[in-house]
Amino acid sequence: MKFTFNEHSYDVELDNRTSLLDLLREQLDLTGTKKGCDQGACGACTVLVDGERILSCLALAVQYEGRRITTVEGLAEGNALHVLQQAFIEHDGFQCGYCTPGQICSAIGLAAEAKRGVPSYVSSDLAADVVLTRAELQERMSGNLCRCGAHNGIIDAIRDTVAGARAE
Amino acid sequence: MNPFSYARAGDTAEALQLGAASSSAYLGGGTNLVDLMRETIARPATLVDVTGLSDTIEEIDGGGILIGAAVRNTALAEHRAIRTRYPMLTRAILAGASPQIRNMATVGGNLLQRTRCVYFYDTAGSRCNKRAPGTGCDALEGFNRNHAILGASRMCVATHPSDMCVALAALDATVHLQGARGARKLPFTGLHRLPGDHPEIDSVLEPGELITAVELPALPFAKTSTYRKVRDRASYAFALVSVAAALQLDGDRIADVRIAFGGVAHKPWRALKAEAVLRNGPATAQAFRAAAIVELADARPLRDNSFKVELATRTLIAVLGDLAGVAA
Repeated sequence: MKFTFNEHSYDVELDNRTSLLDLLREQLDLTGTKKGCDQGACGACTVLVDGERILSCLALAVQYEGRRITTVEGLAEGNALHVLQQAFIEHDGFQCGYCTPGQICSAIGLAAEAKRGVPSYVSSDLAADVVLTRAELQERMSGNLCRCGAHNGIIDAIRDTVAGARAE
Repeated sequence: MNPFSYARAGDTAEALQLGAASSSAYLGGGTNLVDLMRETIARPATLVDVTGLSDTIEEIDGGGILIGAAVRNTALAEHRAIRTRYPMLTRAILAGASPQIRNMATVGGNLLQRTRCVYFYDTAGSRCNKRAPGTGCDALEGFNRNHAILGASRMCVATHPSDMCVALAALDATVHLQGARGARKLPFTGLHRLPGDHPEIDSVLEPGELITAVELPALPFAKTSTYRKVRDRASYAFALVSVAAALQLDGDRIADVRIAFGGVAHKPWRALKAEAVLRNGPATAQAFRAAAIVELADARPLRDNSFKVELATRTLIAVLGDLAGVAA
């Protein structure tokens, strides 16, 4: 089966039971994506599929053949970090770093959702343009847990970068 | 996880053919089924991927909306017509799970997700009539803070986990099905079962039957509707209690109203008794409380969840108060 990760094509033999996460980590040695709970509760395994954030632990790899998948390894350009990676460093957006790849991929997905106008549960007006207040960012990042408690730095990093003009 | 074969259905006919075997299961986004398979609670021999079937949201004759079963939860929540004409549905979807999960999960799969009762999931150490019929229910005398207060049985006190389904129950949606014997439609409130003596059966779907779409009726006053979820943390948790409601006022009287509760029963709980109390009556906090008391008169709380009766009452008062613009 043919998969596309970070603009590279991979030809792999796959057991149907393999999750997208295990395909990345165990078969392709793309270990940037982390396995936290392996049951959809923590967000550490978040990757981008055609630009949308999903949980790779709950994704059966066979369903994602031919899709354009981006992991944390695909964000930097050479030695130049993605703007969000740099902001996580500047804002102390992590301690142990285990949840960080998922946080960063999730935030990129968040920015795309906000740009096309997806509201959240805390949006007061569902029809209005999205304004990424702190409360909005917290709600939209609630699928990514950080056991070190770096959430404030994480929100700061997102607000200063990918939230862009929608930040408040 | 047990081994299984995987097939992608190109159309409904192919899906039905592949799904006819009793050992087959339809696969949407997999956010619940994959987890259940990993725990060996679900053990299908074949997964029929139906995510390639209808994922359109269309206006239909009569002013309603037809939602393909493969529409992702996020796509439904963000759709302009849903946001503006059925805001309770957008809010209910956005109250559920996390953004990543909503990007994966389909409408059909959301309807057929299974309870998150911890005893149902605890394959190693707990008895559960839903998972292993006839073995007993460890939630009955166990930690049952999250469990049902309405419509439960001695066999099962689990709750239905979906938020979206609570809104669909309140909106009088219709479920479109295709099966070996052809197509049929069900009122949404008739899709899920109460546990009775067979909690292992969640819905009235026949073996191999496939949800193809969900239809929303034209319900103009649903533009004044909302969904409120009460949970143990601010986000990303299942409901203790939730309320979906739509309200139409005529002056200071209630012309029409729709109400459903989540987190209280084995199925989304349409509150027809409360609606009957409210219709043509005053839109006051006292009336809202009276309606909740009538609806919850049959509540049978367990050791740890009697708080849900008052919580459901207060949440209903707050939600209707917001919609009516009166102080609760």
